This record gives sequence, C-alpha cells and structure tokens, in this order.
Amino acid sequence: MITFDQVSKVYGEKAEGVKALDNVDLHIEEGEIYGVIGFSGAGKSSLIRCVNLLEQPTSGTVTVNGQNLQALSPKELREAKRNIGMIFQHFNLLNSKTVFTNVAMPLLLSKTPKKEVTKRVYELLDFVGLRDKADSYPDQLSGGQKQRVGIARSLATQPSILLCDEATSALDPDTTNAILKLLKKINQEYNITILIITHEMGVIREICDKVAVLEDGKVVESGSVFDVFSQPQTTTAHNFVSTVMHDQIPDSVYELVRKQDAHNQIYRIVFVGESTGTPLLSQIAKQYEVEVNVLFGSITELQGVPFGNLIVQFEGEEKEINRVIMHIHQQKVSVKEVLADVG
Amino acid sequence: MLVDWQTITEALWQTIVMVAVALFFSMIIGLVLGIVLVVTRKGHLWENKYIFTVLNAIVNIFRSIPFIILMVAVIPFTRLVVGTSIGTAAAIVPMVLFAGPYIARLIENSLLEVDPGVMEAAQSMGATPWQIIIRFLIPEALSSLVLGATIATIGLVGASAMAGAVGGGGLGDLAITFGYQRFDTMVMLITVGILVVMVQGLQSTGNILSKKIRRR
Repeated sequence: MITFDQVSKVYGEKAEGVKALDNVDLHIEEGEIYGVIGFSGAGKSSLIRCVNLLEQPTSGTVTVNGQNLQALSPKELREAKRNIGMIFQHFNLLNSKTVFTNVAMPLLLSKTPKKEVTKRVYELLDFVGLRDKADSYPDQLSGGQKQRVGIARSLATQPSILLCDEATSALDPDTTNAILKLLKKINQEYNITILIITHEMGVIREICDKVAVLEDGKVVESGSVFDVFSQPQTTTAHNFVSTVMHDQIPDSVYELVRKQDAHNQIYRIVFVGESTGTPLLSQIAKQYEVEVNVLFGSITELQGVPFGNLIVQFEGEEKEINRVIMHIHQQKVSVKEVLADVG
Repeated sequence: MLVDWQTITEALWQTIVMVAVALFFSMIIGLVLGIVLVVTRKGHLWENKYIFTVLNAIVNIFRSIPFIILMVAVIPFTRLVVGTSIGTAAAIVPMVLFAGPYIARLIENSLLEVDPGVMEAAQSMGATPWQIIIRFLIPEALSSLVLGATIATIGLVGASAMAGAVGGGGLGDLAITFGYQRFDTMVMLITVGILVVMVQGLQSTGNILSKKIRRR
C-alpha cells in the first residue's frame, strides 16, 4: 500500500545539510495500522509528509497504491491526495468556519454537488459523534472534539489511507484513548490503512499492528508490535518499550540484586502468550529444592496476547538453581540473570 | 465664522468621496500586492525570489515618500490618469498610490499570521494554490484584514486633509485655508471635531466588524 524505497530527506545544502531521513525502507500493507515511533527530531514528521508529498524526498521513492506520486503532474497529484486523508497534532481546522464547513471542505474543493456534500457531512459527523455540533465553531470545541472534526474531514473524500501526525499528542489520556478507539473503528469498518507517527509508545501498544522505530532518520528496528515489545533489539526500542511495559526494575529490588550469591540468585522471566497460563513457578517450587520469591512483576496485553514480566529470586543449592533454570528454558520461556550493573 | 454650514457639508462630502474612492482602488492594489508578497516568499505557494524582491522594494520606496511630496511628484502621472492635476479626482490618484502599498503591507502581515498548519491541511486535501488563497488564507485572515482596512481608512482620512495642496477640497483643506490661514478658530474646531468623530466611528465600526467575523 505504501512503500518507502531508500528515501532520504536533507534540509539545506547537501554538504552541510541536516539529514532528516536516511535511506528509509518501509513497507506498509493494505489494511494495516502501522506505527512509527521516535523521539522528537528523529525524522517522523518528514517521514509522514513524504507520503503525501507535503515534503519532497531528496532521494528515493515513495510508492502509494502502486503509484509513484513524485512522477505525477500537479493535477494528478491533487487527485491522488484525495485518496490520502491526514490528521494533525494541532488539528489544523479553519477557525473561521463552522464544523460543517470544515468537514465539507475537501468536498467543496472537488466541487461536489451541494446535496451530496450535505448528506456526506452529516454521515461523517454521525460517525464521529458530533452531529449536534455541526453549526459550532472550532473555538467552541474541546481538543478531542476538534480531532474528531479533523478525522471526519480527513474521511470526507473516502480515502484508502489515513496519515496521523501525532494525532493524540495534544490530548489528555482519556481523550487519547477515545480517539484511538475511533481510529481502530475506521480501520476495521472502512478497511483504511493507517500510518501513525507518535512519540507515545502507548499509542503503538493500543492500536498498531506493526511498528518501526526511527532514530536519527534511520529505521533502527521494525516488525510486529508483539515482537518489538517482547524482544526489543535496540536500546532506543527498549527505552520506548519500557515507558509502557513497566519492566524497569525498582530500586528496592536492585538492593537485593547486589547482595545475591550462588545460593541466592535473581532472574528475569518473560512469559509470552500461552506460556503465561502455565503455573511455572508453583511447578518449580514443588519439583525442586528451592525457595521461590517474586520480587516484581507485571502483565500487559499486547495485540490481545498476554505478556508477563517477572523478577524472581531463587534461594537454594547452586546445583539445584541451575536445574531450575534448565527447566525454565525447556518451557520456552525467556529467562535471564539479573545483574546489578545491567538490569 | 467665515464659512456657512453648507460649505462645511460640501467639504465633508468631498472628504468622504476622496476616502471612499481611494480606499476602493487602494484595497484592490493592496490586496493583489499583499497576496503576491506572501505567496512568492520563500517556501510559499509560488516561491519566486525575483518577483518578491522587486515588489518588496517598490512597496518600501512608496512607503518612504511623505504624502505631500508624493502628491506633487506624481502630478504627471495624475494628469495621465484623470486628465487634470487639480481637484478632488486629482487628489485621489496620489492617495491610491500612497495607501495601496500601505494596505499591501497590512494585508501581508495579516496573511502571514495564518497558522501554517492550516495551509498544510489545505495542501494535504489537494487544494489548488488558488483554492488555498480563496478558501483558506483569506477567510482565516479576514478578521485581521478588516482591522487592517480600518487602519488604512483612517490613514486615508489623514491623507485627504493634505489634498488641499492640489485643490482637492475636503475638510482638511477647509481647516487649512480658513481655520489656519485666516485665523477662523471656529472653522478649525468644527472641522477637527468632525474628523475626530469620523475616525472614532471608523475605528469602532472596524472593531465591531472584526469581532463579528472572529465570532468568539
């Protein structure tokens, strides 16, 4: 649906210019919700703007729906843009126009018959739950309502792609969740492919199928949300995952970690999917001569799959503890010794 | 008092005509120039360094010439346009040349205040450059444009007072010829009084209109 092929974007003169995107390769399938996460300055904005050519890539190509938009004439490009909706962090509504006119704008631009416009706008306002606000002005709406208007507007031309530029970053957590639910609904009901850029890992966890981690203009990691969350490969990805997974070891546990010896070892056990259901710890306590002490733990759901993270202390003979670790490995559960200096 | 009320009413009417006609034409010039100054700047819809630099310089030149000098300097041009270099019509030509670039700057400022995000949204919808100007830039700036037009109108009222120099008539002319040169304090007070009321009225109307457009 959307393919980035070696896309680079440089601002300023090439020699000393700032490289916002550095040979980005990305592929987004039809019907997917794809999230791109990165710190500010990582190149997210440039990335999403290269899709509808609000910014021209310096090199490389972006193919949307099998079309290379850069090769189109201005007229064809405008036509193609009607197939790509976009919503923004600061909504970017016309403050001088009513909610109705704001939503109608893309249709008015393409000179749609008035009757059709009215019908479509009320349909969209119903969909986002703002029919009663049709005659209000954006100033009279809350942030969440403004974003709903933005969403209704972006869907007016029945696009097959929706670009979300930090769409929830200016909203409070409750409103963020409501907007994310709405995006999910759009994805499911209209089969619209959604590309989201964000710096909030929570957004990725809530609705994305796949995620790419962007750092200094490069995609440093990408894959299914589940894989990246359960086994982040890079430090950046790990940092983002930590913000929502609460797998950081508390200081009190570190105290114990520092005191560990051969008879008293601390391990991190990561359960994924079905293994979350096995009573692993109680089996260990029964079968082996060790004391099991859970120091810290969290269970999160990712894409409908439970994901557990436990910090456990084993006390007993060194040999016995090693047998326990062997046992855990056989269960296809990830287990790692926790060291004071790395966590 | 050396003049009767009829003369004063006539002068008031001349002022109104001068200001209204000059405003009409200078708004057209100012609007076009102002929009071009915005859209040809770097990174905008029709970026064009040459057009921008040249227009920018022209506007600056006109803005730096005092009105009384401009009025005399453009006499040949005035004659070319209205066929005469004296009278109300002759005063309107330099007034337009004076206010046009001034309005251009005011409009430029108003348009530049429009949130770049709105322009980005417009582009993402596939709006043509014209549609962006007509449907996004101008409506979003309208409230501020009205305030700018109000300032320009008041500026024109001030400029019309100097129109006496080319026999343009109007309240200012009356104040100078009778109030100042012939020491008629009454005429001076009345004309100044009318001008003050006029300016107050214009400013209030402009404020109300701008607020109404902003709808808060």
